[in-house]
Amino acid sequence: MTDQLVIALLFLVNLRMFATSRLDSLIRGVALQAFLLVCLAVVSREGALSWEGWTFLSVTGLVKCAVLPVMMTRALRSAGIRREVEPLVGYRVSLFIGLIVTGFSIWAAAQLPMPDGAADPLVVAAALISMITGLFLIVARRKAISQAIGYLAMENGVYVLAPALAVHGPLIVETGVLLDVFVGVFIMGVIILHIRQEFKHIDIDRLSELRD
Amino acid sequence: MAFFLLLSLLMYLLSGLASLAMGRHPAWGTRIVPFGSAAASLCALIPVLYVLAGGTPVDLRAAWSLPVGSFHLHLDLLSAWFALPVILVSPIVSFYGTGYLRRHDRPRETDACGFFLQLLTGGMLFVLLASDGLLFLLAWEIMSMSAFFLVVFEHEEHEVQRAGWIYLVATHLGTAFLFAMFVLLGSRCGSFDFGDFDGLGGVADVVFVLAVVGFGAKAGFFGLHVWLPEAHPAAPSHVSGLMSGVMIKTGIYGLLRVMVLANDWPAWWGWVLIGIGIASGLGGVIYALVQHDLKRLLAYSSVENIGIICLGLGMSVFGVHSVGPVALFAMAGALLHVLNHAVFKSCLFLGAGAVIQAVGTREIDLLGGVQKRMPRTAALFLLACAAVCGLPPLNGFVGEFLIYLASYWSVLPQGLPSVNPRVGGFVVISTLALIGGLAAMCFTKVYGAVFLGEPRSGCGSSATDPGRDMSVPVTVLAALCAVFGLGGSLLMLLVASVAARIHPLAMAAPDMAPLREASAVYLNVTLAALVLAAAVYGLWRLRDRLLAGRVVRTGPTWGCGYPHGTPRMQYTGSSFAQPIIAAFRSLLRSELGGDWPAGYLPGRSSFMTHTPGLFMHRFYTPLFAAFARVAVRMRRIQQGGTHVYVFYVVLALVAVLVWSLL
Repeated sequence: MTDQLVIALLFLVNLRMFATSRLDSLIRGVALQAFLLVCLAVVSREGALSWEGWTFLSVTGLVKCAVLPVMMTRALRSAGIRREVEPLVGYRVSLFIGLIVTGFSIWAAAQLPMPDGAADPLVVAAALISMITGLFLIVARRKAISQAIGYLAMENGVYVLAPALAVHGPLIVETGVLLDVFVGVFIMGVIILHIRQEFKHIDIDRLSELRD
Repeated sequence: MAFFLLLSLLMYLLSGLASLAMGRHPAWGTRIVPFGSAAASLCALIPVLYVLAGGTPVDLRAAWSLPVGSFHLHLDLLSAWFALPVILVSPIVSFYGTGYLRRHDRPRETDACGFFLQLLTGGMLFVLLASDGLLFLLAWEIMSMSAFFLVVFEHEEHEVQRAGWIYLVATHLGTAFLFAMFVLLGSRCGSFDFGDFDGLGGVADVVFVLAVVGFGAKAGFFGLHVWLPEAHPAAPSHVSGLMSGVMIKTGIYGLLRVMVLANDWPAWWGWVLIGIGIASGLGGVIYALVQHDLKRLLAYSSVENIGIICLGLGMSVFGVHSVGPVALFAMAGALLHVLNHAVFKSCLFLGAGAVIQAVGTREIDLLGGVQKRMPRTAALFLLACAAVCGLPPLNGFVGEFLIYLASYWSVLPQGLPSVNPRVGGFVVISTLALIGGLAAMCFTKVYGAVFLGEPRSGCGSSATDPGRDMSVPVTVLAALCAVFGLGGSLLMLLVASVAARIHPLAMAAPDMAPLREASAVYLNVTLAALVLAAAVYGLWRLRDRLLAGRVVRTGPTWGCGYPHGTPRMQYTGSSFAQPIIAAFRSLLRSELGGDWPAGYLPGRSSFMTHTPGLFMHRFYTPLFAAFARVAVRMRRIQQGGTHVYVFYVVLALVAVLVWSLL
C-alpha cells in the first residue's frame, strides 16, 4: 500500500518536472524524485535491510537529495538565471508528452519480461518514466543546467531498476554509477561556470558551431 | 623453409624502416632499399624454388593475439608461382628507382618512397602467403595503402592528388567486397582459415561474384579499371612498373585462390570470366590506342593483358568438364602470362620512365625522334614492345600460345560433352586475334610516334640515354623478356606442373603428354623465329655490304624528297589512331575537333581527339555526384546540438524497446 502511494507521488513529481519552467523548482523536483526513489527502495524490499543496505541507502539519499541539489543551486545562483524562458519544446506540449510517456512506461513495464519476482511492474514503470523524464529534459531544454538535471533524473531511474536486475552485487554496481554521476554533475557545474564566463549565457544550442 | 619466408618479410620491413631512419645520410638511405630488396628476394627465392621444384608446401602457424583469425602462412604451388614475379621484378625496380629518384632531388619524399616501396613489395609477398581471411585482409591493406602513398609521391600537384583519391576509393570499394566475402565465408565455415573454406561454405556462387568484384577492382577488370589510367601516370615510373606489372596480379591471385577452394567450377563462371576477358582485352587495347599520354597508354595495355589472363582462366573453367588438355593448357597459359606480363610491362614502364625523365613530357604527340638521342633505351623499349604484342620468340607469346592451343583444341570436332567449351573456344580465338592485331597497332603507334621520325617539339632536344643506374635494370628486364621467350618450352613444363595441381584440374589427373608435344612445337616456333631474325639481320648486313663505297645521302624522316621538310609532316599519334576512333566511335565516344582541309589548295587545318574514359564519365562521376548530393542532404540531421543527438539516441532506444516488446 505504501509503495503504491510512493509510486503515485513519483509519477506526479515527474509530470511536474515536465511542466515547470523555473529552474529552482526543477532542482527541487529532482531532489524529491531521488527522495521518493530511496523511499521506494526501502518499502518495496521484502525482509529487513542489512546494515550495509542502510548505509548505502543513506549515503545515496544524502548525495542525491542534498549534495547534488545544493551544488546545482549554487551553480544556478552564480550563473544568474532563474527560469528557462525559451525551451525547445513548449511547456504545455511537454506536459502532454509527459502523459503519453507515463502511459507508455506503464505499458512497456507490463510487457517487459522480468526475472521471477524481481520487481513489481509498477516499480519498473516508475523507473522507466524517471529515465525518460531525464532524457526528455536533455533533449527539449536549452540551458546546460537543465541538461545536468536531466542526467541526474535518468540516473535516478537507473538506480531503481539496477538493484532489481543486477543479481550479484547490485550495491557495488550502483555505487559505481552514483560515483560516475556525481563526478559528471560536478564537471558539468564547472563547465557551466566557464561557459557562462566565456559566452555570457549557458544556452547549449549556441554551441553548435563546434559540430565539425 | 618457413624461416626464410619470415626472414624475407622481416627484411622488407627493416630495410624500409632503415631507409626512413637514414634521412641524414642519403647515400646510405638510397642504397639500403635496393640491396635490402635484393636480399629479401633471395631469401624468399629459396622456399619458392623449393616448392616449385616439387617440395612439400611450406606451412607456418604462429601465436596470434587477436580473438579472431590466426597467423597462418602457407606457401603452396599457386602462391609460389605468383611470388615469382614479385621476387624477380621488385629488386630490379628498386635499383632503377634509386637512380630515377636521385634525378628528382626530393630527399624527404625519396626516403618515404623507399619505405613504402619495401612495404608494398613485402605486402604483396604477405598477401600471397596469408592463409587466413583476416590475415589476408591485413596484408591486402598494407599493400594497398603503401601503393597509395607511392602514387602521391608528387603530392603537391593537383592531378596527382586526384589520382591518389581515385585509387584510394577504388581500392577500398574493392576491399569492402572482400570483407563481405570473408565475413560470409567465416560465418559459414566457422573459421577464417583458408583450410576450413573447402567448398566455399555452400555459397560458392555468391563468393565467386564477390571475389570477381573485389579482386577485379585491384586487377583492373574493365569497368573497375578506372584507377589504373589515373594512378599509373601520377606515380613515379618505377612504382607504376611495379604496380602495373606485379601488384594488379594479386587480384588475379586472389580470384584463383578463391576458385581453387570451390568443389567444382560451374560453366557460368567460365562465361563470366570470358566476358570479363573480352571486355578488358578489347576495351583495354582500344582505349590504349587512342591515348595521348604514354603512361596512361601503358596502363590501359595492362587492362588488356589482364583480359588475356581472364580469357585463359575462362577457357580453363570450361575445360575442367571436358576431356582433353583444354583446362591444363588454358590455366598454364594464364599463369604464364601473369609472369611474362610482369616482366615486359615493368620493362616498358621503366623504359618509358627513362624517356619521360629525359624529355620532360608524357605527351606522345610532343615527342619524336627519341631513338636518335637515346638509342640504347629505344632498342630495349622496342624489344619490350615486341613482347607485349605477343611476337615470338619473346615472352609475351608463350602464354597466348597456350591459350590459343587450348581454344583450338576445344573447337576441334572431337565429341566434347558440352557445347560451352566449343563456343567459348571460338569466342576466345577471335577475341585473342583481334586483341593481338590491335595491340600490334597500338605499340607501333607508341614506338613510331615517340622514337622514330623527327622531334615534334623542342621537348628534350638535349636528351641522352640515362646512366648505368637506370639503364642496367631496363636491360636486365629486356633480357628476361628474351630469355623467358627463348626458354618458353621449359617454362611451359614448369607452369604445367603448377597448373596440373590446381584443385579441380588435379582431380582429373591431367595427362602431361600433350603439353610436352606443345612444348616441342613451341621450340620449333622459337627456332623458326630465330631463323627469321637471323635472315633479316643477314639481309641488313648484305645491304650494308652493297652500299659500302657508294654515296649514301640521308634526309629527315618523312621528308619525301622535299628540301625543307618539317616535323609537322609526320604521322602523329592522334592521326595514326584516327581510323580506330572512327571505327569504334560508338564505343569510345571520342570528342573530335579541328578544321578539316577543304578545297584544292587547303589552308591551315588541324585535327584533335580527346577520349575520356567512358566508365569514368558516364558511370562513376554521376554515381559519386549522386552520393555527394545525398550526403549533403543527410548533413541536415547533423546540426551540432547535443540535445538533438541525444534525441536520436532516445528515438533509437525507444524504437528498439518497442520492437522487442511487440
